[in-house]
Amino acid sequence: MVAEAKKNIEKVFEQQRKFRKVNEIVEKYKYEKSNLIAILQEVQEEYRYLPEEIMTYIATIMEISPASVYGVATFYSQFSLDPKGKYEIKVCDGTACHVRGSMPVYNAIKKKLGLTGSKFTTEDLQFSVETVRCVGACALAPVVLINEKVYSKVTAEAVTIIIDQLLERSGEGEKN
Amino acid sequence: MTEMIKTDLKREFKKAEEYFQKTGMRVLICSGTGCVANGAFDIYEKFLKLGADVQFKKENKKITSVKTGCHGFCEQGVFVSIPDLDLTYVKVKAENVEEIIEKTLKNGEIIEEFLYEDPKTKHKFKNTSEIDFYKSQIKLILNNCGKIDPESIEEYIYSRGYEALDYTLKNYKPEEVCEEMVKSGLRGRGGGGFPTGRKWQFVRANDSDKKYVICNADEGDPGAFMDCGIMEGDPHRLLEGMLIAAYAVGSDEGYIYVRAEYPLAVRRLKIAIKQAEEKGFLGENIFGSGFSFRIKIKEGAGAFVCGEETALIASIEGERGMPMPKPPFPAQSGLFGKPTLINNVETFANVPTVILTGADTYKKYGTETSAGTKTFALTGEVNNTGLIEVPLGSTLREIVFEIGGGLRNNKKFKAVQIGGPSGGCLTEEHLDMPLDYESLTKVGAMVGSGGLVAMNEDTCIVEVARFFLQFTQNESCGKCIPCREGTKQMLNILEKIVSGEAALQDLQLLEELAEVVRFGSLCGLGKTAPNPIASTLKYFREEYLAHIVGKRCPAGVCEALKVIKIDSKRCIGCSKCAKTCPVDAIEGEIRKPFLINQEKCIKCGACAPACPVDAISKR
Repeated sequence: MVAEAKKNIEKVFEQQRKFRKVNEIVEKYKYEKSNLIAILQEVQEEYRYLPEEIMTYIATIMEISPASVYGVATFYSQFSLDPKGKYEIKVCDGTACHVRGSMPVYNAIKKKLGLTGSKFTTEDLQFSVETVRCVGACALAPVVLINEKVYSKVTAEAVTIIIDQLLERSGEGEKN
Repeated sequence: MTEMIKTDLKREFKKAEEYFQKTGMRVLICSGTGCVANGAFDIYEKFLKLGADVQFKKENKKITSVKTGCHGFCEQGVFVSIPDLDLTYVKVKAENVEEIIEKTLKNGEIIEEFLYEDPKTKHKFKNTSEIDFYKSQIKLILNNCGKIDPESIEEYIYSRGYEALDYTLKNYKPEEVCEEMVKSGLRGRGGGGFPTGRKWQFVRANDSDKKYVICNADEGDPGAFMDCGIMEGDPHRLLEGMLIAAYAVGSDEGYIYVRAEYPLAVRRLKIAIKQAEEKGFLGENIFGSGFSFRIKIKEGAGAFVCGEETALIASIEGERGMPMPKPPFPAQSGLFGKPTLINNVETFANVPTVILTGADTYKKYGTETSAGTKTFALTGEVNNTGLIEVPLGSTLREIVFEIGGGLRNNKKFKAVQIGGPSGGCLTEEHLDMPLDYESLTKVGAMVGSGGLVAMNEDTCIVEVARFFLQFTQNESCGKCIPCREGTKQMLNILEKIVSGEAALQDLQLLEELAEVVRFGSLCGLGKTAPNPIASTLKYFREEYLAHIVGKRCPAGVCEALKVIKIDSKRCIGCSKCAKTCPVDAIEGEIRKPFLINQEKCIKCGACAPACPVDAISKR
């Protein structure tokens, strides 16, 4: 019994801790509706995605309907309602990259990570992959971004090597 | 009462000059997005560390490393230039820094290896301004990019920065600024080409206690990065342009709506705003004139439609970025219901130039109806890719063959896609046509924001049209039916065409749909979405027909329509291809030409790399 009560208290604390950061962010933006996008951006940076309960919470404290928060979150492609990987791989599919072969690169990444169909995050939450609109480095096409680091003139072979290196590194990280 | 900062530009210039003289010999390291991807920051750090105690030729001249904006020729990055020696090195890597410091910075020796070499004449250039890529460019807007540190307001002031603002506030009444803009013939660089001065006059004419100035920096066209280059390379120029505009229309609050995909631009803009506030160029009572203006940054969240004025306003207000019917125009009722001026980054960047040179001189660049210069992002299958600036009215030939250095691997020129998903194709017959607003509209293309993607004979034009339509379909906000459903159906048809399942009547349906979507859509996104189809159909109809009737893709791109063939003249009959074929579709006798049985072939292409004499083609 005691153990269970303790566990429950822990849970409440954890919830509070979880929302404290959200409170801070919303407060920083003065609860203003016009800052909703910026708020969601910061929240997503914190959690790597927008969990449903947090969106509802934001709506409650900002005194707007959950639908309008959800509406904004689903409208903009930057927001994700599913967890993203530790390594966020973004394949640029702007015109220049497309013409110089970004799709074979994208397919090679998906194949390498064993992602099929509409799945874009690996089971272990290590990698997620998506195509993005032009990142503005067209002269170096095709371009791949991994956690904001830009890899230029990428080929299907090169990208599998890069992923191997990252796998190795995160493997080492776990050992330490 | 708020504290008044009386800023005197002359005094600031003097300070900037002193700051400049103290820097000694400047080593400029290009830090645009392209060069950063090639390791520019590492090179900068290394120069900073290793160059700290170095003195040029023992002349007591110290070395200062400076991060600059984009040089434009991103293909050749990382650029390292030393203006005092009139010298530019290209393709510099971090491991070359020691050598450059030892030989060039200490002894003034030029290292041949890092000079730009003309691929045709093999001539090496000490100064890049003479090379083909830069020779025919005229840089009015990008002239500071690559020369000054975008994170230093002193460097901007020293390059005559904020002089236009100072001059405007002291010599012009607001309505005179609008007139000057009208006279200059400057037109919106965001795509529409609406006369900038007229737009300002509309906003000015609307009486209101509050007005806004918005800079549209949601550069969403795939294949365009001009605004990115300006914001990263010369952010103060943008601020100065907005300040002059705000004074002209009577606004005291501005927003820069910049897409979140440009983190470096956002960072540099934030630095620039902070510096301008500290100097009193932004804030209350600027230069003691009584005019006040503040700028805030709003980051977008990835929605192409937000480049549309009304959608952008909705997004700044924190809503879903969906467009509204016009009228009312933003000039009447825009952000928070107040009169709002919206211009694109490049338009604002032109403003200080117009004021400094005067409308009459400015008009001399460009053509009768399209004044000034235009930046283009030249990409795709040309030798020299990058950011360029040419007078409006330059020809495509000059851009593709002189600046761009022709097509890569000596392939044949096929077309140029201009203006992104709203634009169209230009073909060989347009090579000598002047690129200006009117001429381009006449042939079904548009200046757009300035993306120029060159394509060669290996590019499938139908696939490109499908690509653009998939883009607009994806980005359609879903508010109006013609765009939401129409683009979807058009995309379906195009997908049928590239997979070889379309019939001739589909083509007719596609053309009908294009007309409906163009006519019935609410905003620019839908209205222009059929453009890539209309223009490719106009110039490459036979390629569509080849896909539909002949069931083949002339460029050999479309997976489903590939026909893999062995060139019987080249084939040496080694049988290597037959051995790699997973379905035994290749037959033949040793030392005689082999043949592919097209009925058995699954078009996997595994045979092509196996051939020692490149006799297998995929089209």
